Amino acid sequence: MFAANPLAKRALKLALLHLTLLALLGAGDEEARFTNLGHKLMCTCGCNQVLLECNHVGCPLSDRMRDELAANVTRGDSDDLVLQAFIQKYGPTVLIAPTTTGFNRIAWIIPYLALIFGLAGVALIVRGWRKRPLLLPEGAVAPVAGPDLDIFRELARKETEV
Amino acid sequence: MSQIGSFALLLALVLSGYSFLAGLLALLRNGPGSDRLGETARRAGVATFALVLLAAVVLVVAAFQDNFSLAYIYHHSNRDLPAPYKFATLWSGQEGSLLFWSLLLASYGLVLRLRFKVDARLFAHASVVIAAVQVFFLLLLNFAAHPFSVMQGSLPQDGAGLNPLLQYPEMVIHPPMLYLGYVGFTVPFAFALAALVMKYPGEKWIHITRRWTMVTWGFLTCGIFLGAHWAYSVLGWGGYWGWDPVENASLMPWLTGTAFLHSVMMQEKRGMLKVWNMWLIFATFMLSIFGTFLTRSGVVSSVHAFAQSSIGNWFVVFLSLIFAVCLFFFVKNRSHLRSEHKLESLVSRESSFLFNNLLLLVACFTVLWGTLFPILSEWVQGHKITVGPPFFNRVNVPVALLLLLLTGLGPLLAWRKTSLESLKRNFRWPAAGALAAGLFLVLTPARWGSPFGLKPWVDISYLYSLMTIMLSVLVALTVGSEFVRGGSVIRRHTGQNLFAAMGQLAHRNTRRYGGYIVHFGVIVIMIGFAGAAFNQDKEQEMAFGDKMTIGPYTLVCNSYTQEDKPNYGSEWAILDVFKGGKRITTLYPERRFYKASQQTSTIVANRSTLKEDLYLVYEGQNQDTGRPIIKAHLNPLVMWIWLGVWIMIAGTILALVPNAAPVRVTAPARVEIAPAGAGD
Repeated sequence: MFAANPLAKRALKLALLHLTLLALLGAGDEEARFTNLGHKLMCTCGCNQVLLECNHVGCPLSDRMRDELAANVTRGDSDDLVLQAFIQKYGPTVLIAPTTTGFNRIAWIIPYLALIFGLAGVALIVRGWRKRPLLLPEGAVAPVAGPDLDIFRELARKETEV
Repeated sequence: MSQIGSFALLLALVLSGYSFLAGLLALLRNGPGSDRLGETARRAGVATFALVLLAAVVLVVAAFQDNFSLAYIYHHSNRDLPAPYKFATLWSGQEGSLLFWSLLLASYGLVLRLRFKVDARLFAHASVVIAAVQVFFLLLLNFAAHPFSVMQGSLPQDGAGLNPLLQYPEMVIHPPMLYLGYVGFTVPFAFALAALVMKYPGEKWIHITRRWTMVTWGFLTCGIFLGAHWAYSVLGWGGYWGWDPVENASLMPWLTGTAFLHSVMMQEKRGMLKVWNMWLIFATFMLSIFGTFLTRSGVVSSVHAFAQSSIGNWFVVFLSLIFAVCLFFFVKNRSHLRSEHKLESLVSRESSFLFNNLLLLVACFTVLWGTLFPILSEWVQGHKITVGPPFFNRVNVPVALLLLLLTGLGPLLAWRKTSLESLKRNFRWPAAGALAAGLFLVLTPARWGSPFGLKPWVDISYLYSLMTIMLSVLVALTVGSEFVRGGSVIRRHTGQNLFAAMGQLAHRNTRRYGGYIVHFGVIVIMIGFAGAAFNQDKEQEMAFGDKMTIGPYTLVCNSYTQEDKPNYGSEWAILDVFKGGKRITTLYPERRFYKASQQTSTIVANRSTLKEDLYLVYEGQNQDTGRPIIKAHLNPLVMWIWLGVWIMIAGTILALVPNAAPVRVTAPARVEIAPAGAGD
């Protein structure tokens, strides 16, 4: 019914990869690295999914990319080397998140700066507001403040708690 | 038929244009005829609704009649499409969804124009703003994205079919909910701008729009989570939120809208944050429009996005105009927005709202920043980069945790000032409860049934999960203590049982206690999110009798088969699920092949419990062996998310209910009884 199904091939290749990893390298490490790196890469077919989570039938890229990732991991390339190889071949959009180097570092820094500056801004606003003189209409009585206010507030809370 | 729709749209544009111009003139002129002119503008606005409704009905009828002479119907429907999806054709494509947007805006405008007697002048101003927005959408529909365009050449026998991803029951209600949310923010925006333009005295415009804002926010909340549930059920990748640009576009106005719902209380109660609230509601509306721009312009790649089209430019112009108008009137009338009170203490409800707003806005900014960074990168570095889930999770999770902490602290803080003693007294037990929950999760061995046997030092996601659950317990206890404390007072006065007393308490101040229930829903959702750190998955080809084990479950392939239906063909597997050696259920993961669109779609089989979801995906069939390939996900606590949404909806509905009139209790007068012999 389905004209082409690369998933079958993928499943076989994955099984083969797992067997190879377990039998020849004895490395649960390799499998973990495959999973880890596979979650740092995107499927570049346009589905916007993590490479290892891309599951649509007929995807023209994800099977090939997984095979390449498996081959690189099996060959013993370092994580950086594997990622660089993917960037070289598929472009920088293959990485799922910005790197922490060069201009991309800004992507990570700005949200935290926004939080810090925001907190500072709120602190300044609060300070300004607290110092702001209260403009009372002529003849108005100044509001109660200090310990007296606490007493009245506690009293009001008890009496009108609901 | 299509001529009727086209004519209705054109006439609607003329009438909404009239409504805008005549309404504006009536407001500018103070002559004797201005009232009558204003009335004609109002009626033109009402008539706009009838015409846009007519156009929408024509489009839906065309879908049911399989009128493939209309390009829109050809591209988004086919003869064998089930009736509910033919109805949903209205919002399945760009032109139809713009028509639907326009219809909802006209509906909101209709309600507003029918209720004009509440405050005729304020409503007249708001009506002009709504008419202006309506003109924009009708211009788009008439000149850039016409839903009644006719197919060129010979008439096709059948349509290209609806995208299979959209052929799911939730897709019939998810977009309307989301659009009700997006479009609904036009109303508070219109009132805010109207109040600024006319220097409206007092906070009455906020009282008028409070319910509009809550209803709109409720719709947007439903829309977002229906979308998440749809993604979880249909996309088959085992998750519900992928930080896709279009998902982000819906989240941003929700975050600013949430901030507005909190900070507006400061304006109502203390006459503070007037400028802030004005800009918050402006920003929320602009983000709603910006989200639509993102979806339709093709500036960011997204699985949800409509095809790239030129209408993005229209949105840029419209957004610029909105910003310019808002800025102009703000600069002109800002003296009207001066605060009436000063902040007395940092430890107060006011400052908690300030920090709450800050965190919500930082979260919104982060989402916006991450969504737009690929474009910035292209400008600066010459190439796009991907900003995916790891980025958003890493920067937003700490902000979300701080927000949870504030949600727990907020109810303990009084307006104006809270004494540290009182804070300590009220905070002690909830904090102890949160700590106890944390210790329980860390120290209890997994075999005792502890959810995780959680080891926060192994992975930062485990630490975040632990903190989320601890803070959720803190919030639950503070919210619970508010109910119990208030309920106890009523119980003492009325002699009711505690639950009845708490019900009465909630009815006396529905907004406050509805809000607490919404907070409770939020923490239930957060607990659901916390489970994601412990997701597992496994993929295996399964022949008849083959077994796969994941977590406590063993799956046994009972059978696999195929079926052919008019609209689609399907393959599915029949898997018996065993737990502890006992068969507990049978699941049927399925994959469909839709004939008209020649596309496939996943029908996930999910066994959902409070503890975890066993989520099975039919990945495909091995062509060599003919066996199905099954991917199994074990996702803890996902059901809590959907449960939490229901609680949030219940809280929102409660907050919309009018308060019960306070019951006056007359205290019996004390009668001094003279002791025996006192008079002697």
